[in-house]
Amino acid sequence: MQELIEILQNLHPEVDFAACDTLIDDGILDSFDIVSVINEINDTFDVVIPADRIVPENFNSAAALWELIEDLED
Amino acid sequence: MYFTSIPFIAFLCLTLLVYYILPRRARWVLLLAASLGFYAFSGWDNLCYMAFVILSSYAAGCFIQKTNDQTKAYLAEHKDLPREEKKAYRAAQKRKSTAWLVTAMLLNFGVLAAVKILALPQIGGIFTDYVMPMGISFFTFRTMGYLIDVYRGKHPAQCNLAKLALFTSFFPAVIQGPISRYDSLSKTLFEGTGFSLDVFGKGAERIIWGYFKKLVIADRLLVMVGTLTGTPGEYEGLYTLLSIVIYAAALYCDFTGGIDITIGIGETMGITQEENFLSPFRSLNIFDYWRRWHITMGTWFKDYIFYPISVARPMMKLTKWCKKHLGDKTARRVPVYIATLVTWFATGIWHGASWNFIAWGIANALVIVASQELQPLYQKFHLRFPKMKGKGYDSFQIIRTFILMSFIRAFDIYPGVIGTLKQLSTIFWKPSPAKFIAGGLTSLGLDTAGLIAAAAGLAIVIASSFIKKRPPAIVFALLVIAILIFGVYGLGFDAAQFIYNRF
Amino acid sequence: MKKWAAAITAIAVTIASLWFLTRLLEPKYTTRPVEGALTGEYYDQSGYNDVLIIGDCEVYENISPITLWREYGISSYIRGSSQQLVWQSYYLLEEALKYDKPKVVVWSVLAMVYDTPQKEAYNRMTIDGMRLSPLKWANVQASALPQEEKLSYVFPLLRYHDRWQELTKDDFRYIFRRPQVSVAGYMMRSDSLGSGRIPDPPRLADYTFGDTAWLYLEKMRQLCEKENIRFVLLKAPSLYPPWYAEYNQQIADYAAKHNLAYYNALEEQEAIGLDWQTDTYDGGLHLNLSGSEKCAAWLGEKLTASGDIPDRRSDSKYTEIWQKNEAAYDALAATQAEELRTEGKVETIMIGEIPQ
Repeated sequence: MQELIEILQNLHPEVDFAACDTLIDDGILDSFDIVSVINEINDTFDVVIPADRIVPENFNSAAALWELIEDLED
Repeated sequence: MYFTSIPFIAFLCLTLLVYYILPRRARWVLLLAASLGFYAFSGWDNLCYMAFVILSSYAAGCFIQKTNDQTKAYLAEHKDLPREEKKAYRAAQKRKSTAWLVTAMLLNFGVLAAVKILALPQIGGIFTDYVMPMGISFFTFRTMGYLIDVYRGKHPAQCNLAKLALFTSFFPAVIQGPISRYDSLSKTLFEGTGFSLDVFGKGAERIIWGYFKKLVIADRLLVMVGTLTGTPGEYEGLYTLLSIVIYAAALYCDFTGGIDITIGIGETMGITQEENFLSPFRSLNIFDYWRRWHITMGTWFKDYIFYPISVARPMMKLTKWCKKHLGDKTARRVPVYIATLVTWFATGIWHGASWNFIAWGIANALVIVASQELQPLYQKFHLRFPKMKGKGYDSFQIIRTFILMSFIRAFDIYPGVIGTLKQLSTIFWKPSPAKFIAGGLTSLGLDTAGLIAAAAGLAIVIASSFIKKRPPAIVFALLVIAILIFGVYGLGFDAAQFIYNRF
Repeated sequence: MKKWAAAITAIAVTIASLWFLTRLLEPKYTTRPVEGALTGEYYDQSGYNDVLIIGDCEVYENISPITLWREYGISSYIRGSSQQLVWQSYYLLEEALKYDKPKVVVWSVLAMVYDTPQKEAYNRMTIDGMRLSPLKWANVQASALPQEEKLSYVFPLLRYHDRWQELTKDDFRYIFRRPQVSVAGYMMRSDSLGSGRIPDPPRLADYTFGDTAWLYLEKMRQLCEKENIRFVLLKAPSLYPPWYAEYNQQIADYAAKHNLAYYNALEEQEAIGLDWQTDTYDGGLHLNLSGSEKCAAWLGEKLTASGDIPDRRSDSKYTEIWQKNEAAYDALAATQAEELRTEGKVETIMIGEIPQ
């Protein structure tokens, strides 16, 4: 989880990713950020997030994203 | 049968009346009949294209659903299979679904591409005056979105052929969208919600508002755009600037007006459709703009083209390779920039198979990439001038984005890519303010009264965007009157026609 | 409940405003072409007409109903309008039979040359004035040109909404009451412009009247037969447009076949006493006041020969109406004569314009 927060923090140092749960709804992460994050996750966790899992519910908060990664690792 | 024709309004009233007379469970069947009837009105042969889209998606969707169900059942039955075998079974099943999806998509997009090419003047002219089936881009995309979502397991397939047919043909959205998603539209489309004066009223008000924007403003301004772009050599310099700004207003009123009518019609029947616009001319930058303008098209391309390309395995590999050889920063850009270019190329083609639209798409992609590249510069600027924020700076950004997007839209109205660029360049190298002032506005196809009507209409639209409260019903009564009096429709009363010539 | 009330109020206000705006924006025909007002004016004098004269400008310019009254005691009305087409005549006649029980219907045959709708403006001038009824709608169905929106005859605002830019004082003045234009459907012109040499009309490839024209002529005849009305065909006197011998023959044959009277004024110019130097105001297209009085005297004699038209000159119900008509007619004639004397041309052409 900490590694994921770091990835996100690198993109937007000004956002409190541990608390925010409207990353998509409030337009904090744009489509370019999402692709970057997916690439970083692939590097770090060796998990490929397929396009059909790119939905707001999975990217609105760091926690939701973490859940997605865990789910895909199975 | 366009929204602004009297037969359409009669058709709409009749449909609404019967809709609420019928028992709730039967209402969607009426909608289907009305939608097919509406579409058949544009030509029986057009109905064949639509039937093809419906039938092929129905077959593919149901088959994919069956395969998915089969997979689930099989895996539930054989819980103790080794992991590898499970994986292999899943992959084999997925291949079957993929085959269906790809076949259906190739067929449907193939037909779409074919009609777009046939409709090109230089090609269609060889055979006959081929006219593209009305709204085919919209209903093909809407239905393909459905199919991809079934494939992705986002929602089950609709295995009631009639219901799927209604989703594809739903008449308010068939001509110009919005490109609703199945999971969102299907929530209310088949329900036949009970009558509520409040909801019905809101829908009716929205329809009225849409007609106002379209008939009073857009159709007037489009006359001016026609004059300004019809003889490009005649109107250069500042007139070009005027032309792209007026086109922005005209397109806004035309398109959002049409969507207001569409969404309003749905509302009067208790059907909720996705919003397609969100104050687009308040966008701060191009990213913002495409989140606010033609939203359902933007998300379609994002979900089904941009993301799949940018996170595809080959793209991941390419990113890794870049990381190794070209560094982190480049590697981060490569996938998104490639995906952006492809997406916008496709978006351009979707609008029409012409170089102008391709150029329009590429121009969007280039501006997006440039904006992205300029981000660090903006950040530095803000660090140095921390006071340059707030409302004033926002306004600057809004105006800048408006002008930028208006320039890009020029490809939509001027002939030829080179021609458009040349025309735009005259704004800078020969603005000719004297000619502009001398020529004025009254030579552009609208007389003073017409200009005043258009300007007053625009003022009302702009003012309304600052009002959050729902206006009282009497306002809409006045709007109806304004539409009927000031709308551009019917045979213009031409006194000259009435000159008595001795009979 | 409150919401329903608000909604109903909004709808009622809208409908009332639209009705008012329709009245405001409709053309009033108070300036030329004033002929647009003719159709609507009929209702003011319906119910008393023993003779109905139906047709285009060949009737409302060429026959004086006052002469028919003064010389024969005929109470007549001209249901004419500009370029009235055969099917329009039929529907105007059928409608008039709801209001009048005439003994004789005279129809002007010139319209036989048209088999299709001609101009939107004439359609509007002929049909707009009709009261809303299934007959009006049938007339619209038969008359509308492809580019016309038929519903705009029911809701004229759809056609005239754009006139907001060109409203004049008259549009406000005559929102509810229109000025009187004609005397019993007759349009008076007292000036004269003698006819020069009329060139021989061009030869045509085909002189046969069209099927639609025949169809509606036959419908008119049958309608009159059913209602026990004497149906008379009339070719009014005019030098132009040409009335070819071939045309004449077809009408004569039709009249003979159905035992109808057909009066061709062109063949009886001497009996009428027409002088093309003094009896026309536009070189032979239309008759002026003196011409139309001569023509009416001739026609009245023909019509009364069979003795089935009552002389109403001693019937007070009728004299009341006709005294008013005569007064208006004489006043207009006097006004025009005065204008001719002082200005050399006629300015006032409708009753409502006569200076008080």
